[in-house]
Amino acid sequence: MDSLRELYQEVILDHGKNPRNFTTPDNATNKALGNNPLCGDQLTVYLKVDSGFVEDVSFIGHGCAISIASASMMTEFIKGKSEDEIKQIFNKFHEMCTDEGIDKGSIEELEKLQVLSGVREYPTRVKCATLPWHTLLAALAGEKEVTTE
Amino acid sequence: MMSLRTDKDEKYTFNVDNVRKDFPIFKESMNGQPLVFLDTAASAQKPNQVIDSITEIYKTEYANVHRGLYKISETLTAKYEGVREIISDYINAEHTSEIIFTRNATESINLVARSFGKSFLKENDEIILSELEHHANIVPWQMLREEIGVIIKIAPINDEGEFIIDEFEKLLCNRTKLVAISHMSNVLGSILPVKEITRLSQAVGAKVLIDGCQAITHLPVDVQKIGCDFYVFSGHKLYGPSGVGVLYAREELLEMMPPFMGGGDMISAVTFEESTWAKIPHKFEAGTPAIVQVIGLGVAIEYLKSLGLEDIRKYEKTILDYATQKLLDIEGLRLIGTAEDKASVLSFTLDFAHPHDVATIIDGAGVAVRAGHHCAQPLMNRMNVAATVRASLGLYNTEEDIDRLVSSLHNVSEIFN
Repeated sequence: MDSLRELYQEVILDHGKNPRNFTTPDNATNKALGNNPLCGDQLTVYLKVDSGFVEDVSFIGHGCAISIASASMMTEFIKGKSEDEIKQIFNKFHEMCTDEGIDKGSIEELEKLQVLSGVREYPTRVKCATLPWHTLLAALAGEKEVTTE
Repeated sequence: MMSLRTDKDEKYTFNVDNVRKDFPIFKESMNGQPLVFLDTAASAQKPNQVIDSITEIYKTEYANVHRGLYKISETLTAKYEGVREIISDYINAEHTSEIIFTRNATESINLVARSFGKSFLKENDEIILSELEHHANIVPWQMLREEIGVIIKIAPINDEGEFIIDEFEKLLCNRTKLVAISHMSNVLGSILPVKEITRLSQAVGAKVLIDGCQAITHLPVDVQKIGCDFYVFSGHKLYGPSGVGVLYAREELLEMMPPFMGGGDMISAVTFEESTWAKIPHKFEAGTPAIVQVIGLGVAIEYLKSLGLEDIRKYEKTILDYATQKLLDIEGLRLIGTAEDKASVLSFTLDFAHPHDVATIIDGAGVAVRAGHHCAQPLMNRMNVAATVRASLGLYNTEEDIDRLVSSLHNVSEIFN
């Protein structure tokens, strides 16, 4: 149960049950649909981008506790950041979810997002945590749709 | 509560403890717990009889079949061909030559779509599928539609997951040329009235293909009694090896149908100008087949017969009934698929946790289930769920397995509530 408790921490359960920024805005400049064909999870990420900065971000969709929590925490974390910063955060986040030998010090900048590092122990669940992030990058790039496959 | 084992007719000699000893996987643990395997609908575990036969062939008598002019090749060819008889007998085909070996049921369906479909169907001919089909019995027909412009119609099911025969009948007309339908749902466990479906379909001149992937493991299958034109299944769900599937087709159809793939073993004579085809069934088996897997499948069927097919089915029914009752006692659990006539599959959702979270958490307790759309997305849409947890049963499952499933679901509730 230990690694399960690690995976399903309070913060994750809270964001999973009560996702933040879970709404369809009227003024989005970019949006993309993220699809995990293996499980059927789907998320749409909406962005309001102005002069290279993400001024607002929200999402809707359905998925497991991990993917919903990851999306919810992502929206809180990236609001106000520049596209370049977001790309760097994406890389760090991806590394945290997949690289077992990662140096803990190197992901401190991810702050609260570090609670999602528990997915490393569950290879089949890594995509749940990264789906919202792949969708975010697709939205930034002006792509309409992305799948985790 | 109704007692499960007092009815005189329900008695059987099946002993699950002895059966479990035949399956070495149950000596293994998963995440530090004894394995509870509830994913037979995806692929069944293998008994020692099958595993040993495979090892033994490779160790002592392996050679290619249909080619060698030496003793071990002849012996193995006889064994390989003997499995055609075992299968023919198992599903009561009229002729042994009506049994074609493929890689899996998916390939069997594709063979029918490519060979029969492309040669004998034409634009605007209609194919009827049902709402509960596996993607394997949807996509090949959509590919055929792309190619030749057939029309696909969908026969509905009700909220319980039962096939609605009256609605199906309304779809039938003289343009219906093929009806391709499951014998048993891989998600809901519903058993379809395939004999009635076949009778109605053939009355308007349509051919009938039955996807028997799930049914072959849990129900008696008699292709002559059903009267169907094609019946397909995979070996690995029948406690045999992966890599071998079966297509049954009526002899006159196989004679008419062109080969699916070209190559060695399927020809009569080859020159650079032209080739002529071997007789059925070999016309449809190009290249070196899955020799050892085919023989392993034969061993699996003989093993099941030695346990008593009727007894296995009666036993499985008691476990299904037990599991149904136990699951329904869990607060917040909804069974998806409550057909009156069903077997060995329990799909459900919990109102407090997503199926993937459920599967991950109970995996920690050593319980293997499937979670997701089970390769049946249109059915998920019909039942208004994005995903379900699926616990599916095999002949080796026990009441204790179900108790472990239930207690692991309480772990999920503890974490989420």
